[in-house]
Amino acid sequence: MSMHDNISGSGRERSRLRLVVVNNDAPQDLGAPNPEMAEALVEEFDIDDHAACLQAVGAHQDKRAFKSLFSYFGPRVKAYVMRLGCQPGQAEELTQETMIKVWRKASQFDASKSAPSTWIFRIARNQRIDVFRRENRPELDPNDPSLIPEPEEAADSVIEQKQSEMQLLEAMNHLSEDQKAILKLSFFEDMSHGRIAEHLEIPLGTVKSRLRLALGKLRSTLDDSRLPPTDGRRV
Amino acid sequence: MTIRHHIADEILASYASGSLPESWSLLVATHLALCPSCRKAARDAEELGGALLDELTPVDLSEDAFDKLMSKLESAEPEEEAVGAKKQTTEIPSVLPEPLKSYLGGDLHALNWKRLGKGAYHIPITLRNGEGKARLLKVPAGQPVPAHGHRGEELTLVLTGSFTTHQGEFLRGDVEAADDDVEHMPVAGPGEDCICLAITDAPLKFKSLGARIAQPFIGI
Repeated sequence: MSMHDNISGSGRERSRLRLVVVNNDAPQDLGAPNPEMAEALVEEFDIDDHAACLQAVGAHQDKRAFKSLFSYFGPRVKAYVMRLGCQPGQAEELTQETMIKVWRKASQFDASKSAPSTWIFRIARNQRIDVFRRENRPELDPNDPSLIPEPEEAADSVIEQKQSEMQLLEAMNHLSEDQKAILKLSFFEDMSHGRIAEHLEIPLGTVKSRLRLALGKLRSTLDDSRLPPTDGRRV
Repeated sequence: MTIRHHIADEILASYASGSLPESWSLLVATHLALCPSCRKAARDAEELGGALLDELTPVDLSEDAFDKLMSKLESAEPEEEAVGAKKQTTEIPSVLPEPLKSYLGGDLHALNWKRLGKGAYHIPITLRNGEGKARLLKVPAGQPVPAHGHRGEELTLVLTGSFTTHQGEFLRGDVEAADDDVEHMPVAGPGEDCICLAITDAPLKFKSLGARIAQPFIGI
């Protein structure tokens, strides 16, 4: 069979498919098996909407969506791991590995549970722990029958994740400089609280209380953003 | 079951940020399985991580980064992501929640306890990089919990039975935090052996040569 037999349709689709087919001997395995379907799928989501892109990658390995995710998150993941002490070359590699995981796990992304940035942050974090620190990352198993479930998984916890992230960033701007600095230190430096204390030349107790205060402020912002629209009960 | 002794917010944030050593993360993750409230707090902290990632000033990738990635993906495919294949989940709740159960290779009945003296037993837990100390302790009902010989911080998570310190009673799911300043003499409660996961600070954990070299070049 000729590789180009099944390529027709708009010029845009044609070039996209051809790009994909060139390095692949099994075009029938591609996410978009025929141009008509590719066309239909392409129209379904907004290329700048990260959640929609992740879903498109998960559902049919949409390469255009993946490229959009890559160009936004790739340089941020690189910045993140560099902040944590990786050299540029290694950071580039870690970014590649992170994005490979994003591609492969995209079908597990659940927009009602996490924002795309949070989901990708987790993957990057775990990848770095695995490669850079050579440690395992113990995590709970959501399917563990021993897991104690939430008292009542309130339907309203399914919030607009994007909105809550914006509120979070907004709330961050209201933290004191000290609080902001310490939050960033704890996320972007591989430091124990003791090391942060040494670094900032403040007592360990101050590190902890400052961090606790900052987290408390942010948490209450998040909780407020999760308030159900009708009654005032907290989640 | 209501947890009364939780994990401090700043430790949950360190767990979410990925800066805790493996031993601490093991205890935190196991507590999270038993404590919906800390689970929520940890999720919130991860959300903060996502927001901070979003806010970072991007660092350019090499120009051919995307093409390189795509050709890697195409040559590596098809690879089935092992969803749920690595663990066989049973329907029956075990005494030991995940991830602890997997670290120990099974639930309570499958464990090989080592004698510690005074009727107490323990099982050292193997961690991937060998740093930090984690172990399961079994203390007979009514007996004092043996001194863990800790310098620095220590966390203890109760899994069966209970123990009591000056801070009160600790039951399944509760976490006791102790450090140098705390003179603690936990005593196991009556009626049931107390099994708990204890982890201690690894003093050298972030002082690898690489980290020390990198340190001065990293701004806040």
